[in-house]
This record gives sequence, C-alpha cells and structure tokens, in this order.
Amino acid sequence: MQSSELFLSFNEKVVYALRSLYSSRGYSQYKMSKFEEYDLYARNKDFLISDSVITFTDTSGKLMALKPDVTLSIIKNTKDNPETIQRVFYNENVYRISMGSHTYKEIMQAGLECFGDIDCYSICEVITLAAESLRIISDSCVLDISHLGLLENILESFCVPNFARADILKLIGEKNTHELAKLCASLGMESEDIEILKLLISTSGTPTEVLPKLANVLAGKTDISPIKQLQTVFDSIDDALKPLLHIDFSVVNDIKYYNGIVFKGFIEGIPTSVLSGGQYDKLMKKMNRRSGAIGFAAYLDMLDRFNLPPNEYDVDVLLIYSKDTDLSALNAYANTLLENGETVFVCKAIPENIKYRKCVNFDEEVTDGETNA
Amino acid sequence: MVKPMLNVALPKGRLGEKVYAMFEKAGFSCPSIKENNRKLIFENEEAGVRYFWVKPSDVAIYVERGAADIGVAGKDILLEYKPDVYELLDLDIGKCRMAVAAKRNFRYDMSRTLRVATKFKNIASSYYLSKGMNIDIIHLNGSIEIAPILDLSDVIVDIVETGTTLKENELQVIEEIVPISARFIANKTSYKFKSESIEKIASELSAQTEARK
Repeated sequence: MQSSELFLSFNEKVVYALRSLYSSRGYSQYKMSKFEEYDLYARNKDFLISDSVITFTDTSGKLMALKPDVTLSIIKNTKDNPETIQRVFYNENVYRISMGSHTYKEIMQAGLECFGDIDCYSICEVITLAAESLRIISDSCVLDISHLGLLENILESFCVPNFARADILKLIGEKNTHELAKLCASLGMESEDIEILKLLISTSGTPTEVLPKLANVLAGKTDISPIKQLQTVFDSIDDALKPLLHIDFSVVNDIKYYNGIVFKGFIEGIPTSVLSGGQYDKLMKKMNRRSGAIGFAAYLDMLDRFNLPPNEYDVDVLLIYSKDTDLSALNAYANTLLENGETVFVCKAIPENIKYRKCVNFDEEVTDGETNA
Repeated sequence: MVKPMLNVALPKGRLGEKVYAMFEKAGFSCPSIKENNRKLIFENEEAGVRYFWVKPSDVAIYVERGAADIGVAGKDILLEYKPDVYELLDLDIGKCRMAVAAKRNFRYDMSRTLRVATKFKNIASSYYLSKGMNIDIIHLNGSIEIAPILDLSDVIVDIVETGTTLKENELQVIEEIVPISARFIANKTSYKFKSESIEKIASELSAQTEARK
C-alpha cells in the first residue's frame, strides 16, 4: 500500500509542515470566515497589497468583502492585552488582484501573528519561524531583513520633508540609487547625507558584514539603536539559521503601518518574495490597540509551479473490461493492483488524453491468464 | 560545479544592439548573437550568459517573472507597468522624454474634460491626477500623433525623441512629464542568488556609463 503522503501536492505538504512548526511554538490556529465588513478595508486601504476588493451586499444590506487580507480581521477580533503575549497562526485563502493579469485570484496564505508585549525575544522567535518556514519550502532560501525604525531615524536626522519620504522609500525599495541621488539633491540635502543613503541601498549581506559597517557610518549621524536591536536579535538566533539571514534595506513595507524590523523571504527558482512580514505597532495603534504586534504571511500560491514532481503518468494501470466481464473478479483484480501500490483506472474504453504506464485488457489477459494457469 | 547561467532580456532593435555592445565590453560576450539569422536565444556557456531578444515593452515582464534575471528596459515601460524589480542603473542611452503634445494653437479649457490619446494610460492618468485635472483617456497602440489632427483627442501623451514627427504633423510639446532613458533592471530573487554576477555586470556598466559622461 502506498503512503497517503505520496498523493499530497507539494503545497499540501508545506501547509502540514508549517502548521506543525507553528503549533510547536504554542501558536494556536485561528479560523475565520471568508467574509468581512468592507468598512475595515476602506479604513486601512494602504495596508492592503492591492486596493481592489471583491465586494457584495449581504442579506441585511451591509457592504461585505471577500477577505483580501487576514491580519486586519485577526486584530479586529483579538482581545487587546498589552501585558501578555498572544500567538495565533492561520491558513486561509485571500482574494486579490494577481500580478500582471489584473484579474482576481484566490491566494492561499499561511502565516502567524504575535500580539502583546513585543520584545527582542518575540522578534527573534518570529524571525526564526519565518526562516524555518522558508527552509520547509527549500534549503535554497534567503530572509532579507530591514529595520524601518532605522530608515525613519535617518530620514528624520537628514531633515527629509514628509512629502518626499514615500518617494524616497520607494526608490530605496527599487535599489534605485541614481534617482534617489537626483531627488535628494533637488530637496537640497547635503551630499554627504545622500552618499549615506546610497550606501544604505547598496549595502546588503550577512548581519556580521553589514551591521558593524552601518553602525560605524551612522554613528553620530542618527539614533542607531535599531542597529543594536538587529544585532541582539541576530545574536540570539540559532546558528543553523544564521546563514539564511541577510540585511537588505530595500525591504520597505508601508511606513504608516510598520515600525520596526521588517522582512521578506525569497526562494531560489520563485521570481518574487514568498514570505513577507514585520512589526506593525503603528497599525495596532491606528486600530486603537495598545498591544504591539509582529507577524508574517507565506504566499503558498507562489509554490504552484515549484518543485513539481515528475508527472509521467496519470495512472499506473488502465484496466479495460467489457459488458461480459465478471464484475466481482474484475473488482478483486483491481484491489490486488491497489494493494501492490499501483494506481488503477477501470473503464470499458480508453479515454482520451490519459497517460498510463500499462494497459490491461481484463477479459483477454487476466481471465485467460488465470484460465491458462 | 556548473556555473549558473545568467539570463539577460535585451530589447529588440537599435537600443538592444547598443546595450549588447556594453555587455560585450563588460566581458559578457556571446559571438553567436551577431550571426545573421532569426534565432532569438543566444548562449555563451563559458561566460555563463544567455541573451534573448524580446519586444522592448516585454523586457520588464520577463525580468519580473524571473524568465530573465536581468534586462534593459526604458523608464517609460517601468513607469507605465510598475514591475516589481530592482532598477539598478540609468544607462544614459536611449534618451528621450515623455511629453504632452498638442496642436500649435491649443490651450487648456478647464470647463471641459480633457481628451488624452496615449499608449501610456497610467503615466497620463497619474500626471493629470497630480494636476487635479479630469481627463478622458483614449488608449491607442500607435500613430498617436494623428489623434489631435482628427479631433479624436485634445492632447497626446507620448515619447518624444527629436520632435520631428510632431513638427511634421503640426504638433508641439506643451509640457514635459519626465525624461526617459534605458535602465538596467534585475529580478529580485535572482539578485539574491546570482548577486555576484549581477553586481559585476552592474559595476562594469556603471563604469562605462560614467566614462561616457
């Protein structure tokens, strides 16, 4: 008999492994409805990756939405308790416009949220789980980590006007040093400060390489406590996961919602990031919560075309019978094949477009064989 | 260990040829690309590079979706389609400008919705949105210049290189939206896993660009 695990798709195996990983750290599963009141998204539109939401009117006339996001609903429905820690994980479908096609798509997400008193341990645990989630998908992975607190401190210290900050962050996200230099110069920024921003974009690598270098360059220029926080978190992480961590300041989630460490996960062979997250105390505050929060989501739809098993055949044995076949003998023979670990498709005529390893005509081969034997 | 190939999407046409010359000078040559045939993919295993010619407006898609690790695309395409890629360099070639053009006697009539013919509907929409103007976009795929002449539109938003086509059709640039040039772009995942080769190319191309200035 074949193990039933063999029939699971790669996505399904990943989901099981992620659930087990998150449960092992005391995260409890959060189940939710597919629908949410549209108002929740209208009030936090910038938090959503795409601002298009599928809406409908429910039986009481309320405008509802098919969930484009999970985090907002979890915050809304979780008790605010800043003194302790609450840990939840989820595995849900969300509905968003897909990249490039401009059509809605159902996207499976798995992720977790940690609410409450967020300290360096909680951050370290979430980063660990993010890195381990990536490693479940593939060993060839990278978790890019940035710190929006550091970027904010720099922009503040370099007197970057508020109206230009979103543009500057966008350029940092694109690693676009040439346009960043032009924009900063047009804002009248000091050339030394512009060079520091350019260095921030172009410097990426392991925390051991990058953090001391940045601390050195930024000392005396701005508050570098976020670098110290990154260092503390990095030092606390298991040695086996350290090679996966990469400091890269081009990870820039929305500064209106996120405040501290932010990160994105990449897998070799998948063109976009498969995991994204960070600390979002600002969103919590905006939703009148006193707790801090950190979490991430892994986009499992991105795994659709990854690690596909060789699919040579649809079925091992195509078993053909006729109207005169002894059905109990046919059924017994099919069961024998199944017990031998083969997959069986029983039919009277060969269907179109089916790929089989072996075709057995029950009346000619099996019955005759048995007779002959 | 086999060196991973770096896939490069080049824009078909004169700009692509200029770009290939830059890559060649940077040490990433592929002699077969110069053979006179209809092939679209060329490989130099030794240099670890594979080039393919694609429609200029498709380069960003190939790079965003990881079919190409790197590529060269016009800033117009990047502004219009906003692909999720790294924009690593301004190569300072293929220079032109995105501009609004209209008939010589044109002036804005704020009491009416402005009709704008363009191939670049996102660029045109965000430009007029930033000016607080209400517009009606007419999406065309070519010969944009005839739209104001036939009174299909009031203005056009298009790429202007020398301005000759506009002049010959009795149009003139009334506003410049943004300068355009060719940009060196990279897929975000490829940048993580092939960073050494990508950074080497970026640094060589940057040196060539600086030397030209």
